[in-house]
Amino acid sequence: MDFELTREQRMIRDMVRDFAETEVAPIADEVDRNDRFPKETFEKMGSLGLLGLPISEKYGGAGADTISYALAVEEIGKACGGTGLSYAASVSLGAGPLANFGTEKQKETFLVPIAKGDTLGSFGLTEPNAGSDAGGTKTTAVLKGDRYVINGEKCWITNASYAQAVTITAVNGQKKNGKNIISAFIVPTDSPGFKITSPYEKMGVRGSNTTELVLNDVEVPKENILGDPDKGFGQFLHTLDGGRISIGALAVGIAEAAYQKALAYANERKQFGENIGKFQAIQFKLADMAMEIDLARTSVHKAAWLKDQNRPFKKEAAYAKLFSSEMATRVCNQALQIHGGYGYMREFGIERMLRDTKLMEIGEGTSEIQRMVIAREIGCF
Amino acid sequence: MNIYVVMKRTFDTEEKVEINDGIIDEEGAEFVINPYDEYAIEEAIVLKEAHGGEITVVTVGNEDAEKELRTALAMGADQAVLLDTEDLDGEIDHYTISEMLSAFFQDKEYDIILGGNVAVDDGAGQVAPRLAEKLEINQLTTITKLDIDGESAYIERDVEGDVEIVEANLPLLVTCQQGLNEPRYPSLPGIMKAKKKPLETLDLDDLDLDEDDLEAKTRTVDRFLPPEKDAGKRLEGEPHEQVQELMSLLKNEAKVI
Repeated sequence: MDFELTREQRMIRDMVRDFAETEVAPIADEVDRNDRFPKETFEKMGSLGLLGLPISEKYGGAGADTISYALAVEEIGKACGGTGLSYAASVSLGAGPLANFGTEKQKETFLVPIAKGDTLGSFGLTEPNAGSDAGGTKTTAVLKGDRYVINGEKCWITNASYAQAVTITAVNGQKKNGKNIISAFIVPTDSPGFKITSPYEKMGVRGSNTTELVLNDVEVPKENILGDPDKGFGQFLHTLDGGRISIGALAVGIAEAAYQKALAYANERKQFGENIGKFQAIQFKLADMAMEIDLARTSVHKAAWLKDQNRPFKKEAAYAKLFSSEMATRVCNQALQIHGGYGYMREFGIERMLRDTKLMEIGEGTSEIQRMVIAREIGCF
Repeated sequence: MNIYVVMKRTFDTEEKVEINDGIIDEEGAEFVINPYDEYAIEEAIVLKEAHGGEITVVTVGNEDAEKELRTALAMGADQAVLLDTEDLDGEIDHYTISEMLSAFFQDKEYDIILGGNVAVDDGAGQVAPRLAEKLEINQLTTITKLDIDGESAYIERDVEGDVEIVEANLPLLVTCQQGLNEPRYPSLPGIMKAKKKPLETLDLDDLDLDEDDLEAKTRTVDRFLPPEKDAGKRLEGEPHEQVQELMSLLKNEAKVI
C-alpha cells in the first residue's frame, strides 16, 4: 500500500494550485457578487490543458489519471466553488459521456474541442419534474427519416451558454414492459428551436453558468445519438459515478479553504486576553475539521484510484461524494461560527463558501440518492 | 543556440519554515524551483522560441530535485541533468556546487548560461558568478532585459534601482532579476511530456571529481529564524511632541543617533 502521490500528480497539483491562487482566487468574490461566469479563467485553463486533463491525448487531452483530476478540482474549488463546479461539469459530465460512448466521428467533432478548451462540455439530464428520478424524463426524441426531432425542457444545466453542444437525455420509445427507453443525444447549441437562457438566482456557485434549456422541434442527425440506443439510460450511470468523485474533490477543496481561514483567524483573534485558538471550544472544532477533511480527501482519492485501476468504484464514489459534501457543509458552517460576526459578513469570504458548498449535497445526485446507491451496493433490496 | 540554465531547488519561503537544532525541517517544508531561477528558465524558453536551439537545465542536489527538474522540463526545457551529491558526506557550500557545475561544463558547448540572481533560501548569489569565473566567460548579474543578435547580447541590468545598459559577447553567463519576464505555468501536456524527456544523473566519478576537491570552504555555525517582532510603540500628542519623543527614543532607547 502506498499513500504517496506520484511525481507527476504532485506537479499537476502544484501547477493548478499556483494557477488557482493567482488567477482564480482573486476574482472569486467579484464573480460571486456579480453572478458572472469568468470566461477569461476558462480560456486560461484551456490554454494550460486543464479542460482536457483526464481525456486521452488522442482526442486533444493530456491523458492524466483520475487522481490528478481530483487534485486539480480540489485546488480550483479551494479558490472558487463556482469555477470549480463549471470545471468539473465540463470534464466529468460534458466530456465524460463523449469519451466513454462516442463514436470516432462524435469524438473528433465534439470531444476534441472540449479537451482543447475551445468550448465547454455540458450534460442535460435534469428536468422540472425529473431530477433524482431520471425515469420520469418527459423530453422526447422521435425519429423522422434520418433525423431525430427533440422536444422538451431541461433545468439547472451547467455550462450550456458556453458549450458548442449539449448532451441531452430524452425518451426514445418504450420497452416491452411499458417502461421508457431513455437515450442521450448530442445537440449542437446553434440548432434552430434550441433556446438556452440563464434565468436563475442561485444561493451559491454563482460563478458557474446554470441554464434552462427549451427544445422546440430541434432536429439532429440520426448519428447524433450517443451510445447504444438499446441499452438506454443505465449506461450513463457510469458517467455519473465518475462525476461524483469530482464533486467530492470540489467539496474537499471548499472545506480546506474554509478550514485554513478559520485556523488562521483562531490564531490571531483575541478575546478574554487570549487568541481564541487557545480555547478548547475552538480547538476541538478545528481538530474535527482537519480530521474530517483528511478522511474525505482519502475517500476521494481511493475512489479515483479504483477508477484508474479499472476496478468497480460505484460504491466508493458514492461514499466520497456523500461524505465529502456533508463534511464540507459542516466544516464551512463551523468555520463561519469561529469567525463569529465577521464570518457572517461577505468580505470575509466564509459565507460564500458555505453557500457554495451546500450545492455539493444536491448536485450530481443528492445525499439521499447517494445513500440509495450505497444501500443497493451493500445488498439491501 | 545552446542554452543552459543552472537551477536550485529550495524550500518555499512563502510557506512555514521550521528550524530544529540549526537544521531546516525538510519534512514540513514545501520545495520549489528557486523563484529567480524560474525567470532564468522562462528566459531560456523565450530565447529558444526566438532563436531555436536546445535548453538544458542543470542542478546540483539529490534525487529529490528530480521533481523540480521535471517541472522545468514541463515548462519547456528539452533535457535535464542532475549532478548528484549523494557521495558527498561533508557540508556542501557554494564552492562545492560551483566546482561541480564547472566540471560539468568543461566539455560542453554553450552560448549562454542563465541562473537566478540569488536563491531565496540563503540569498548568497555566489554560484553563478563563481561558475563564470571558472569557465572564464563574461558574466552579467541581475539582468532585467535580454536581446541577443548574432554573437552579441544587449542587456539591461538592475543596479540598485537604476538601469545599466550593457553589450556583451557570447558565450555569456547571466543571472536573472525580477522584472525580466513573467514565468509561465507548466502546461498539462507539458507535464505529461516531461516524463519522456531525458533526465541524466551524473555522480562524482562521471564528473571526474574527487570528494576531497569539493570540500566546503565555509562552515555553518548556526541557523535561526529572525526574532519575533515586539509590538510597536504608538507616539501620542501633537506632531511636534511626537517628533520630540521620537528623537529622545532614538537617542536614549535605541541609541542609533
